[in-house]
Amino acid sequence: MFKNETVIPVSTKIPDLVIEINNLSKGFAALQVLKNLSLKVFDGENLVVLGKSGSGKSVLIKCIVRLLNPDKGTITVLGENVNELKDKGLATLREKIGFLFQSGALYDSMTIKQNLEFPLRRIKKKLTTKERDEKIEEVLENVGLADTSHKMPSELSGGMRKRASLARTIVVDPIIMLYDEPTTGLDPVTSDGISALINDIQKKSQTSSIIITHDIECARATADRIIMLKDGEIYTEGNINDFENSTDEVIQSFFKQKA
Amino acid sequence: MKINTVAVKKQVIRLGEKTREVNIFFLGIGEFFLFARRMAKETFSLDFEFSEFLRQCFQIGYKTLPLISVTGLIMGLVLTIQSRPVLVDFGAVSMLPGMVALSIIREMGPVITALICAGKIGSGMGAELGSMKVSEQIDAMEVSSTHPIRFLVVTRVLAATLMVPILVLYADALGILGSWAGANLKESVTFVLFFSQAFRVVEFMDFLPAVIKTFFFGAVIGLVGCYKGYSAGYGTESVGKAANSAVVLASLLVIIVDLIAVQITDMLL
Ligand SMILES: Nc1ncnc2c1ncn2[C@@H]1O[C@H](COP(=O)(O)OP(=O)(O)OP(=O)(O)O)[C@@H](O)[C@H]1O
Ligand SMILES: [Mg+2]
Repeated sequence: MFKNETVIPVSTKIPDLVIEINNLSKGFAALQVLKNLSLKVFDGENLVVLGKSGSGKSVLIKCIVRLLNPDKGTITVLGENVNELKDKGLATLREKIGFLFQSGALYDSMTIKQNLEFPLRRIKKKLTTKERDEKIEEVLENVGLADTSHKMPSELSGGMRKRASLARTIVVDPIIMLYDEPTTGLDPVTSDGISALINDIQKKSQTSSIIITHDIECARATADRIIMLKDGEIYTEGNINDFENSTDEVIQSFFKQKA
Repeated sequence: MKINTVAVKKQVIRLGEKTREVNIFFLGIGEFFLFARRMAKETFSLDFEFSEFLRQCFQIGYKTLPLISVTGLIMGLVLTIQSRPVLVDFGAVSMLPGMVALSIIREMGPVITALICAGKIGSGMGAELGSMKVSEQIDAMEVSSTHPIRFLVVTRVLAATLMVPILVLYADALGILGSWAGANLKESVTFVLFFSQAFRVVEFMDFLPAVIKTFFFGAVIGLVGCYKGYSAGYGTESVGKAANSAVVLASLLVIIVDLIAVQITDMLL
């Protein structure tokens, strides 16, 4: 009982819950990926999720947006039970959530600009063409891709594609962000840029985020709180200092990459 | 008496596999209809993706044109060359234009064109949507609430429904042209004479059922292609599978729809 209790940040008022996951289980055929996992994300915080490859991190955030249906457990996002929502309610909820895919998932038949235009045109219907173009330009500028707007995804490098994908996710101003390995495959300088951008987004629009990463630097830069997954369960939870000073072997093996 | 338990167990396992296959088959049919229902629901939403629809019409119509042209011409040519000797034996060469036109308009044109479209359009849709599924692009549309069914599926199915009949009419016309060319190999006939001989036989009621059924051919091809692509798995090999099974199922359904259409026409006329 005690183990699942979340440490509430010291503040005068208790922050609102944005995402609450209770006893989530998810498996594929014989493989049990998530086991009875519970976690909470509070308003305006960056929650970093660490874990080995294959520990079910991507599955976890896919369950949050109902790309995957959980076998057991409830997921509540902004007060709504995700698995009981009808099509319309789900669509409305998803408009508020930004999801950065691990693979980028850029639409490869469209240019970078059209990639960004695609969600913008359909979700922010009230924008004029000029406002839309300005918004796209601004976001591309932010991720350092201002001069690639007319290129196709196949013409970009892996890191550029990742950044373009991030741009597409944030262009519609979501209030919850789910980043699946935002800095993987990027050089340290660009990684720092992305981490700074994540913090920027958090400050500017008070977004609450889950950031999945292996990159300790990124975790250091962005985390308000860290959760470590192991074998589909929460292994440890704490802030960055708890993790860096931990004597636990599993945690150490993660943090000593860059001591 | 001794019961060979191993053999019995093997039989049970085999039976289990068989029922599993049957189950999967019926599940597949169920899923297909659910997909069709979802598509139908999205079709009547207010935000129609018109520019994507036009783009798909262009893709389906224009890009298939050369293929259809060649097949249409050859279809008429071959049909004429093949049937001519028989008609000569019966002394009925004057029936040639009408007979060929009738068979092209009623059956050959629609079915051959639809089968070619099933190959070209069906596999194209299966592969395109399949690879979008594999690379999580469809998931990305889904989570950003941009209604992938509306954008990808509705436009493609409607475009196929509209373009296949047009392609069929075009193939019919070229088929008759090819037939005229075939007739000219043996004797010289003016096009006007050939044409008027042909359309002395063909009536409006030959045209109408044939045209109506082509809309269903188009819808079936689009729907199957999209369904197979959309329900592809997450491995690279599933793209190939999606494209392949789209062609197979679409061709099969075209033939079945044709059979049903012929039966209905036969009953009504
Ligand atoms: N659609 C699926 N079908 C079957 N198994 C899946 C599916 N998605 C994920 N898995 C399995 O679930 C497990 C966890 O996958 P997941 O993608 O969540 O890992 P991850 O923690 O994100 O790893 P990485 O850091 O490498 O991205 C893996 O063993 C994977 O094989
Ligand atoms: Mg992952």
